[in-house]
Amino acid sequence: MTVLAPRTVDELERILADSPDHTILSGGTDLMVEVNLHGRRPTAIVSLRSVEELHAWTFDHERVTIGAAVPYATMEVGELAGLVPALAQAARTVGSPQIRAAGTLGGNLGTCSPAGDGLPVLSALEATVHIRGNGDRRDVPFADFMVGVKRNALRAGEFVHSVSIPRVDGWQGYAKVGTRNAMVIANASTCLVRDRSAGRVRVALGAVGPTILRCPEAESWLAANSDLRGNTPPSADVRAEFSRLVSQASRPIDDHRSTAEYRRHAVGVLARRLLERSYQ
Amino acid sequence: MSTPSGIGSENYSLTVNGRSHDVKDSWIGESLLYVLRERLGLPGAKGACEQGECGSCTVVVDGRAVCSCLVLAASVVDTSIVTVEGLGDGGRLSDVQQAFLDCGGVQCGFCTPGFIVAVHHLLESVPDPDDHQIREALSGNICSCTGYGRILEAVQQVAVARRSK
Ligand SMILES: Cc1cc2nc3c(=O)[nH]c(=O)nc-3n(C[C@H](O)[C@H](O)[C@H](O)COP(=O)(O)OP(=O)(O)OC[C@H]3O[C@@H](n4cnc5c(N)ncnc54)[C@H](O)[C@@H]3O)c2cc1C
Ligand code: FES
Ligand code: FES
Repeated sequence: MTVLAPRTVDELERILADSPDHTILSGGTDLMVEVNLHGRRPTAIVSLRSVEELHAWTFDHERVTIGAAVPYATMEVGELAGLVPALAQAARTVGSPQIRAAGTLGGNLGTCSPAGDGLPVLSALEATVHIRGNGDRRDVPFADFMVGVKRNALRAGEFVHSVSIPRVDGWQGYAKVGTRNAMVIANASTCLVRDRSAGRVRVALGAVGPTILRCPEAESWLAANSDLRGNTPPSADVRAEFSRLVSQASRPIDDHRSTAEYRRHAVGVLARRLLERSYQ
Repeated sequence: MSTPSGIGSENYSLTVNGRSHDVKDSWIGESLLYVLRERLGLPGAKGACEQGECGSCTVVVDGRAVCSCLVLAASVVDTSIVTVEGLGDGGRLSDVQQAFLDCGGVQCGFCTPGFIVAVHHLLESVPDPDDHQIREALSGNICSCTGYGRILEAVQQVAVARRSK
């Protein structure tokens, strides 16, 4: 049998160490499209379906830790949604109910598409990716995990075990632009976190660059020019300048889904709207 | 999907609609949709896009409604799979199937099995769905014929009938 179904993380690790050519299968929503339509021919597969530890999530005062094989359906409602609202919002925009019942964060990170909806949330919340493999554990900040279009920091024999997301005292939200509501890959997306106790805002952009982009200039300019700790919304002028700085941080391209110009404009608008929502 | 020569001959069994089925000499990459239709003689789930976009292949695996075209068949050996064939009651139509007929929710019929599975699954988890919940639950199923109005009507009709039971 060439489809292996380990039950523990240790077994999974051993399989990948012995034969790193095993393709990891989580929800299959990216991998099976490759197999069905793009001629991908895996020769050996290791499925995460029975690795219980990867299907679990936990939290404490500091952080929420989500196993790589937790499906979007679990993130979009209930307790987890309350703990990480931006992730819940992002999860609700993924594909359709059938896709969200299967698709996982581990798969989003494995594919590492710039349009992956989970990724801007992990970026803005400064999540850590917990990696296992080859008898080792590595904790990699999301910013160092995604290294290019569909490229990540995983080495042969490694897999994503979980991600941990620091809990923030403040507001967080995710917004995405696409051609319709259901079943749409982002043309542009934005996650904004307003950390009240730190007096900071963090903005991450999806589908407007080779990786998820942060907006350091817009973030520090806004912190210097508005009251991020309190309840007084920034003025219209400040919001407009913030929006412009966010657009400036994007590095979009023209492709079959949209134009660079539209995308640059869209992320600025999304960031401004999210900022406004953070005061409502 | 053709079996690439030389590689893979998987033997395993799947539990579909409560019955165990042996699958012999299949290629490792075969989707559940393909195995159901081509190997097990269960053509209820339909294949159109094979990329998760149309929902015509919807089945339930361990209580979750998923696109069978995106499920690797050999990875669901220890699960319980329900297809549209498993929903009627000994050759009789299920209440959802009957309501689709009564309301005119079936035209060419290609999308129907996927909708029927998705609706059964919805009403099991949310017995009293509002219009928004119905639309959301069916947003992964595409129908090119009916314009959806009659399908939504059928779902509401079943929900009401089940409540008054
Ligand atoms: C119809 C449709 C609509 C979609 N819409 C969206 C959308 O709106 N937004 C979005 O972001 N995505 C979308 N996707 C893409 C896909 O659903 C997501 O990227 C999803 O997160 C993939 O997760 P999965 O578990 O299904 O991954 P899989 O297909 O199982 O795996 C994807 C890749 O990651 C690797 N992998 C999986 N788990 C791990 C792990 N733990 N460690 C290391 N590598 C791993 C696999 O080997 C594979 O290369 C859509 C897909 C379809 C088919
Ligand atoms: S054939 Fe599976 S979703 Fe279209
Ligand atoms: S009845 Fe023809 S596609 Fe729905």
